[in-house]
Formats: sequence, structure tokens, C-alpha cells
Amino acid sequence: MCGLCGVLAGADHWSDTAAVPQGSTPSQMHQLRTRIANRVLAHYGLKLTDAPGGLTLRSATGQSALVPHLGTLWTAADRIGRKPLDPLDTELLEALTRAEV
Amino acid sequence: MLPVNLITGFLGSGKTTLLKGLLASPELGNSAVLVNEFGEVGLDHHLLERLDDATVLLQSGCLCCTIRGDLSDAIRDLYDRRERGIVPPFDRLVIETTGLADPAPIVATLMNDPIIRHHFRLSNIVTVVDAKNGHSTLREYEESRKQVAVADRIVISKTDIAAPEEVARLNAQVSLLNHTAIRLESSSGSLSATELMASDVYDPMGKSEEVRRWLAAEEHRLQEEEPAHDHDVNRHGMDIVASCLTLDEPLAWPAFAIWLTMLLNRHGQDILRLKGLLNIAGVATPVVIHGVQHTIHAPSHLDAWPDGLARTQIVLITRGLERANLQASLEAFNRAATRG
Repeated sequence: MCGLCGVLAGADHWSDTAAVPQGSTPSQMHQLRTRIANRVLAHYGLKLTDAPGGLTLRSATGQSALVPHLGTLWTAADRIGRKPLDPLDTELLEALTRAEV
Repeated sequence: MLPVNLITGFLGSGKTTLLKGLLASPELGNSAVLVNEFGEVGLDHHLLERLDDATVLLQSGCLCCTIRGDLSDAIRDLYDRRERGIVPPFDRLVIETTGLADPAPIVATLMNDPIIRHHFRLSNIVTVVDAKNGHSTLREYEESRKQVAVADRIVISKTDIAAPEEVARLNAQVSLLNHTAIRLESSSGSLSATELMASDVYDPMGKSEEVRRWLAAEEHRLQEEEPAHDHDVNRHGMDIVASCLTLDEPLAWPAFAIWLTMLLNRHGQDILRLKGLLNIAGVATPVVIHGVQHTIHAPSHLDAWPDGLARTQIVLITRGLERANLQASLEAFNRAATRG
């Protein structure tokens, strides 16, 4: 069970419930989700892979964690990453902006 | 799904008096009621039960996501007896909290308990604030400010024994903490049960009206706000403020989901309430999102844009977080989705 969101592993998470945009498939949406997450995670030396069994998070030092959904991703990232992940971190936002150009 | 109304408010604010008045109305005659303690105001209701205070702290969980074991057991037991015909088939559950209760774990229990969430839905949070003492209570007690911040309906009670200027001052103070909640004044506990407890954002019949009301409240706040006060988070001695994030370009759902889950993981305890109308890329109809601290309701769709304008608006009630930083972060995450 996720300590923060209290959701049982494998249970629906709110982030999986919005409508899929017209012209996209759920699989394409998952790929886009993984791509965006990796742009964020790269700043912290982490990488997410979307496999048929679920999401796997890996650190540069070889640590890994299975994550059933986005609700559990960030606690796992905090655990195996090199520093706490914060979406208000100005260095992260600068890195996301730099990568755009 | 059976609707659940949460009645909260500081010690002596008049929660039980309000509840007593509401239970006398025919609309709530078929409700079950859970209370933490049998107080001085006698409640006379055929389905009234007491909660014992026991909480279960999830391993590595934070306090606002604590599953309240007592509440979970009481609701499961009540539902089981309803299904077996031991208690009448109630059509609503009303929970009255203690004066010092943090509403967030109660919401978390309703939303996250694997059994309860399939049979019950949070209808709304009603917070009672006493017109005579509310001003000082809000200044002095974090619990009281939080109860107001998470509310959907705020009842200003005891207006008959407070001076008009005390009522006006309290209204202004409450509005700063939470401008999107409907505010009602009460002198004797007699208020419309329908207005207080029905018509909520989780009700398919009422959600469109509820969203329209938030947007109107936000528009009003922007008109009233004095620019000099914009970032003074400590004004009036309060660190909880309401703000609104907006985005004119469509929002990529995966980017939003990543941003919000990451934000709640790091700052969830300081995001007391979140209400949003989202313009999701590739989706024609608006998506409504709603949350209390770390707990987010499943998003739902409206049939049309309330004001005809397709744009994202997220109202946040936060503690110690700057609107500009949140806005910059949301924009950066959304832009990260538009790159190939």
C-alpha cells in the first residue's frame, strides 16, 4: 500500500482515469507519460521504463523499484534518488526550460 | 454511492446545534449520523452512533493520509448492517468531527479505504465558525484555519449574539482563507438542509452549478484583491492563502498528472484544497479535479465549459507556497510535454 496516497498496489489511481485524447491510444498516453516523467527524473539521475508488468524506476547506481502508478513513483524516487524531488525546484525548472531550446 | 457530509468546526462553534436543526428537516430524515462524542446538546436521531478515536498510521505515511481505523470500522459496520436489514436503509451519512479534528484524514479514509470508496462518496465538508469567537480562534489555532480552508460550505454561527462588525470582520477573514466555499449565516442552527448538504461537485446533477460558482468566486476575488496585498502571505496573521493558476494553452494530461502527483508528494501537507477546471489537450469537454491535501478525487467531465471559455483554472488554498512558483512550475511541466 502506498503510504502517501493510501492506495492498494494495483488499484486505480486518479491519474489513470482521465479521458484519452481523440486520436490517441492508452498505450500512446503511457509512452508520453513515461517520456515526460523521464525529462523530470533525468535531473535527479533516475530513469523510468514502461514495461508490460508495470513501471520500473532505476537509479544511476543500479537501485530499482517497481511502481504501480504515478501515486507511488515519487516516494520511490525519493527513496532511491540522490536528493528529494521537488517540482518547485528552480534548478529543475531551468533544466526543463533549457532542454526545450 | 451514498453521499457523506462532514461537519467540522472548532470547539464550541455550534456544530451539534447545527446538526440538530438539520436532522429535524425532512430532507435528512433518512440519514445515518456518526459523532465523536455525545455533547451537551442532545441529539435525538434514530441512527446515531459514536466513534472511538483510534487511528492507524500507515507505514511511511503522513498524518493527513492516516486512515482513521475507528471511522473505517464504523462506516463498514454501518453499511454491513444496512445491507443485512438490521438498520434502516439510510440514504446519506453525516459525520460530526471533534472540535480539534483535522478533516484531511477523514477525507483520506473515505476516498482510500478499499471497501468504503466503492459504496460512499464525499458530498461536502461543512465548517462551522462562531461569529463571537471565530476571529480570535482563527488567528490562534492552526486547526481552525485548516477546517475553514478545506470547507465547501461555511456556516457563520451565533450571529444573534455577535455585533454586526464582528460578523463582517469574520466574513472577511474567512473569505481570505477560502473564497470558493458558500458562506451562510445562522443564529439558531436552522439552515436549509438542501443548500448545505446537497448539490455538490461529486453529484452528477449538481456539479456543473458548483463549478460555475467557484469560477464566479474566483472572478470576484480577483476584482476585490488589492495589488499591494498580492504576496503578503502573513497578512492578518494568517499563512493560508487562496490563489488561482491559469493556463490558456491546452494542458497535456500526462504532464498535469506528473506535476500534481510530484507536487503533492513534496508539498501535499501545504496544499489544503485544490479545485480545478482543466482544458485537456485533445479532449473536447472540461475535466474537473478536486482534492484535499494528498487525496485527489477521480477526475470527472462536464458537458460544456461553464463560461464558454476553454481554459485551465486551478484554485489552490495553500500554506506558505508562492503562486508565482506554482504557476511557473505548471507551465514548465506542460511545455516539457509538447516537445517531441
